[in-house]
Amino acid sequence: MRLGFVVSEMFIGLRRNLSMTVSVVLVTMVSLFFFGAGLLVQQQVSILKGDWYDRVQVSVFLCGEESLAQNCPEGAVTAAQRDAIRTQLTTSPLVAQVFYESQADAYENFRETADESLVANITADQLPESFRVRLTDPERYEEIRAQMLGVPGVEDVPDDRKVLGPLFSALDAATLVALGLAALMLVCTVLLVSTTIRLTAFSRRRETSIMRLVGASRLLIQLPFVLEGVVATLLGAALASGALWALVEYGLGRVGDRPDFTTRLVGTQEVLTQAMPLMFAVGFLLAVVASLISLRRWLRI
Amino acid sequence: MITFEHVSKAYGEGHRPALAEVTLQIDKGEFVFLVGPSGSGKSTFLRLVLKEEKSTGGTVEVAGRDVGRLRSWKVPALRRQIGVVFQDFRLLHDKTVFENVAFALQVLGKPRHVVAQTVPEVLALVGLEGKEKRRPHELSGGEQQRVAIARAFVNRPALLLADEPTGNLDPTTSVGIMKLLDRINRTGTTIVMATHDDDMVDQMRKRVVELRDGRVVRDEDRGVYGSNR
Repeated sequence: MRLGFVVSEMFIGLRRNLSMTVSVVLVTMVSLFFFGAGLLVQQQVSILKGDWYDRVQVSVFLCGEESLAQNCPEGAVTAAQRDAIRTQLTTSPLVAQVFYESQADAYENFRETADESLVANITADQLPESFRVRLTDPERYEEIRAQMLGVPGVEDVPDDRKVLGPLFSALDAATLVALGLAALMLVCTVLLVSTTIRLTAFSRRRETSIMRLVGASRLLIQLPFVLEGVVATLLGAALASGALWALVEYGLGRVGDRPDFTTRLVGTQEVLTQAMPLMFAVGFLLAVVASLISLRRWLRI
Repeated sequence: MITFEHVSKAYGEGHRPALAEVTLQIDKGEFVFLVGPSGSGKSTFLRLVLKEEKSTGGTVEVAGRDVGRLRSWKVPALRRQIGVVFQDFRLLHDKTVFENVAFALQVLGKPRHVVAQTVPEVLALVGLEGKEKRRPHELSGGEQQRVAIARAFVNRPALLLADEPTGNLDPTTSVGIMKLLDRINRTGTTIVMATHDDDMVDQMRKRVVELRDGRVVRDEDRGVYGSNR
């Protein structure tokens, strides 16, 4: 009976301030959408980093017959140099595993991955032999690169990070922008919820004064107001989750389905397990905090 | 039922106190008129009893509780023992007569069957049978005040406070309301009524406490309103 009473009071309040309720729902939706999007971008960055680190093999290219580089003044790598490089690599604490890729192996790999028209114009001795090194700690890429660059017989140790760095920093910036917008919008939400509660409290002052007079407990008087805020923001969280899910499913999903796109993208799984629970939790917390602040001020016993 | 001992109430520094050193005892089952000009402290007296205000000095005791020292979460329990009626009725306009009275029971969590049984009883007591489904604006002022009294009395409080309950009503209607309050008083409920209605006070011949500038200047059993309005 009492619960029914609280719930019915809550719905009366939501209906009476319909326009305010709608605005709370929408503002919450937009802010939580940005919040969730920020979380997903962050998730994407860590997926990319993880993928890249998994794949990271430092390639130590050795000098070949036709190397023109100033790194190879003595022409092709000698067997002694090759053994010295191998020893240096296998004894380094940074290195987990070393694979040797001969010119023939390189040609095989090249034939598998490259265009046929290219393959036809390339012979095995045009491709460099190399050591492919897996690191114990992919973060210390730069150290092994610096160590190997000056060694005789090493032509080059290309830095993959030069390619991926800008991508990562762009994604990091996107995360910051999304989370910053989300923070701004969340502030708006708190203010809006507390204003709404203030208006509701004012429009229902007759009811609440009567409730006080007949001895209703503080909880019973205040709960409908808190629940109003919570219901509105949770509705906003649900809409935001739906929008985010749709974006990932139909927007990112379509990009990810293209055959030439090999990078794993965040999927609806991440929306469901990572973003949504946090969005709902933040929405709920927001409403409770905003209501407690405004009730303390506007609904004294 | 109500004991005031040297109670003072000042609203802010420098202002004339609304109540000054009021000492007064009202026993269980009494009917007391609180009279005096506007600003004499009648409403402040009632608000202190309800703990809508806190006294700035002295002790207020209501139904055996020291109201001044009552924790705020215990205030609702105090108010459940007190019914209140106002000059402006304070009914909920979007609720029917029945719902208005039921509201007082619902917020206390009374089960549905209790509400269904108690509300018609009280409405019969105040003389509103058959008007359960009306809304306040469809009723006369006297009828609206009866609804308010029904709501104040539906929990069978030990104490009923009335702040100028006949202030908005014509003399004939006022007599009806007075008779109703008298009938409620006879069930054992203590009634404290602040009023300006001199005819009524003179007719009823109940205890009269007169306040002036926050002080009790007269306290008579079976008194009259007096000359000073």
